[in-house]
Amino acid sequence: MIFRVILFALIGLPLSACSSNIKVHQRTFENGLKVLVKEDSRSPVVVSQVWYKVGSSYESGGVTGVSHMLEHMMFKGTAKHPMGEFSRIIAENGGSENAFTGRDYTAYFQTMDKSRLGVSFELEADRMRNLKLDAAELKKELEVVTEERRMRTDDKPRSKTQEYFMAMAFSNSPYKNPVIGWPSDIASYQVEDLQAWYQLWYAPNNATLVVVGDIKANEVFALAEKYFAGLKTSEIKPVKPQVEIEQLGIRKTTIKLPAKLPYILMGYKVPVLNSVEDKSEAYALEVLAAILDGGSSARLASRMVRGKQIAVSAGAGYSMMSRLPDLFMLDATPAEGHTVLDMEKALKQEVADLKANLVSADELQRVKAQVLASAVYERDSNFYQAMQLGMLETVGIGWEKVDEYVEKVTQITAEQVREVARKYLLEEKLSIAYLDPQPIKQKKKVSKVAGGRHAN
Amino acid sequence: MRISFISLLLILVSHSAYSAAKIQHWQTAQGSPVFFVQTPGLPMVDIQVVFDAGSARDSSKQGIAALTSALLDAGAGEWSADEIAQRFESVGAQFNAGASRDMASVSLRSLTQEKLFKKALQTMQMILTKPSFNEADFQREKSRTLAGLKHREESPGALAKIEYFKVLYKEHPYAHPTSGNIKTVSSLSAEDLRAFYKQYYVASNAKVVIVGDIDKRQAMQTAQFLVDGLAIGTKAEPLPEAPEPTKGITKHIKFPSTQTHVLTGLVGMHRKDKDYLNLYVGNHILGGSGLVSQLFKQVREERGLAYSAYSYFSPLLRNGPFTMGLQTRNDQTAQAVEVMQNTLKDFVENGPTEEALIAAKKNITGGFAMRFDTNSKLISYVSMIGFYQLPLDYLDTFQTRVNAVTVASIKDAFSRRVKPEFINTITVGGG
Repeated sequence: MIFRVILFALIGLPLSACSSNIKVHQRTFENGLKVLVKEDSRSPVVVSQVWYKVGSSYESGGVTGVSHMLEHMMFKGTAKHPMGEFSRIIAENGGSENAFTGRDYTAYFQTMDKSRLGVSFELEADRMRNLKLDAAELKKELEVVTEERRMRTDDKPRSKTQEYFMAMAFSNSPYKNPVIGWPSDIASYQVEDLQAWYQLWYAPNNATLVVVGDIKANEVFALAEKYFAGLKTSEIKPVKPQVEIEQLGIRKTTIKLPAKLPYILMGYKVPVLNSVEDKSEAYALEVLAAILDGGSSARLASRMVRGKQIAVSAGAGYSMMSRLPDLFMLDATPAEGHTVLDMEKALKQEVADLKANLVSADELQRVKAQVLASAVYERDSNFYQAMQLGMLETVGIGWEKVDEYVEKVTQITAEQVREVARKYLLEEKLSIAYLDPQPIKQKKKVSKVAGGRHAN
Repeated sequence: MRISFISLLLILVSHSAYSAAKIQHWQTAQGSPVFFVQTPGLPMVDIQVVFDAGSARDSSKQGIAALTSALLDAGAGEWSADEIAQRFESVGAQFNAGASRDMASVSLRSLTQEKLFKKALQTMQMILTKPSFNEADFQREKSRTLAGLKHREESPGALAKIEYFKVLYKEHPYAHPTSGNIKTVSSLSAEDLRAFYKQYYVASNAKVVIVGDIDKRQAMQTAQFLVDGLAIGTKAEPLPEAPEPTKGITKHIKFPSTQTHVLTGLVGMHRKDKDYLNLYVGNHILGGSGLVSQLFKQVREERGLAYSAYSYFSPLLRNGPFTMGLQTRNDQTAQAVEVMQNTLKDFVENGPTEEALIAAKKNITGGFAMRFDTNSKLISYVSMIGFYQLPLDYLDTFQTRVNAVTVASIKDAFSRRVKPEFINTITVGGG
């Protein structure tokens, strides 16, 4: 909640990597709940995450953001554990907890001492089926979500630019909607909307339980059996496909907002692992993103920020693990004396270079070295490892792919990178948003000496 | 990290101290203290070299500590910024440099495989001991910093924070933002940075922290190698004491945002403060424990006034701030501030309930292992212990010291240190 992160589309997991050598234990209960366990005894701690296959990309017009709203309401109690009890019990057991909603998933987690895993299971199992939704609580909580929206988006020029950008880039894909929802949708949620959403998606056969930490898989399965196996199944209807229509030409928009720095966002429509026939293309796009922005030695930093010195920052990103086809993103902030149009030109030049020439052996080596090293570094965090498994499983790729990542990436050749650049980074599939800063009318402060009791 | 943990269950019963992380400690030939924790299990190592060279050392050249730190990897020895980045990334190493109010830190994460580690380490050593501060690199990084400072002005939260420190710290070196101000950064020169580096990036002012899968002999060689090329220099002078809190003031800055950002508080405590534990545990209950804190309940759960509402102490070398914060729709600012300040007032007057204290202790001690369950978290603890010269058994005794806190001792500490009439309030927003 306080740190409840909305994982926006554009962030995704960076170059997520394999956690090879460590076995993942899997069991599926009769009620459809899938349980994944990874043993890691470096510290006497376990992380437990419940992932639901629902997020903003499952929503339709009028109730955008309802997945995220429901995530907030999941902390409001059940008959057995009334309002406030969930968090109180977790805290008293030394645990930390939170939840996050993305386009393709909603997940809840606790990190606890390994002896307390049962505490977390009991509470999560209870709220999977027995949530009590109350109209008065909803009314209050949607004010909280509205404040969250103001904080994350409305008062942040770049976040707002990104929101308008997504709404333009996609015609009918649900990725056009923000995870947190449009303001008038948030203001109009009824408790029945939340109830309906809860009944549609919150069931063991639409969930994955992931546990990583210092505990034996057998013990986890036994505990999970005790608390989750008796939960009732729901009939889960497949989500409507909402396949994005073909883009037939470049799209551009200008966002005028009080701000200090200009900014440009560009995105090409590209496939993802889920949607592409030749899976290696998704890995090649992943490598391509790293050639541009995989560290300080990558092209955008070395050429645009340092070499030509036309940008103060420039970036590229691709989330191969999205459930639906997505965007290959580029962004930049011009240096003093340069414009967003200079940025656009320079970024397009980089794309043209990737289409015309093969990336060098040194560049490829650096990308692969970083992928290999990251696969080790990521194992420092149980939370991250659980997150990879949960996400892959929930978006429909399958957790098994986690082990293939390093191998698949390291097999990618310079030719394959050039090939995907030529095939997918196409002008007619491009969308661009320019942030055009307007003056900030900032009044000098009124100040007064006071007892510190009231603000103006 | 394979640290010798006894079951936490046992600890809750016996309250006995146990070995959290065995910190080994020695000095390099030049006298720089080294702190090392061996954590087998993953073939990786984290290294930090920390200097007493944060923005508190800026003097009138505000922003110089941060810019000096940003320039380190922009050229060193014979290598350009590109070559440095390529050297690190070709072996999968991750390099960072940054400055806070108290310290400047230079850090590396690397695989331990000899060839890879060696190349990463050599690069880090060159950055530490022979940074170039070339004019061209300097001008570029300065422009980037200036752009960042301009960007900051888009953010009501950032503006509130700047004003907050200014009001609390007046003429003290903690008063200005770490990244400086447009005017002061504009007037910096490469020569200024060289002088700053020469004075503060010296062995007498450095501490080396290593956490990872290498043995003590390797750790000794690593630390020695890294600081060998540094001048011995002199230790930075002690910082002046932070100002004593006095009658609080309220300031409002009008800004075209939909929310008003509120920061309220006063000059609080330092790292080795005798009230540390009482204030820490008390604040945990007041606004430091996330979803179950009193501020969170009063502001968010009961009234839906804000998404986040919190309080924290930032203990520094000198007294750092005690801060409460929230963001709320402009027209309900007065109400939200009142709720927050009443919550504080009630807490200072009455202290926590016995029940709340027991719950907080259970949360802190029961979740103790999670504070350093990764190498990343562990190295920040060890750095803190090293930099602030806390006892090496700081983590081992932490739970016992938490358990010794009482309702009366919290009440006593808060009534002396967090007087409601000394609270300052900064609001930025209003549309």
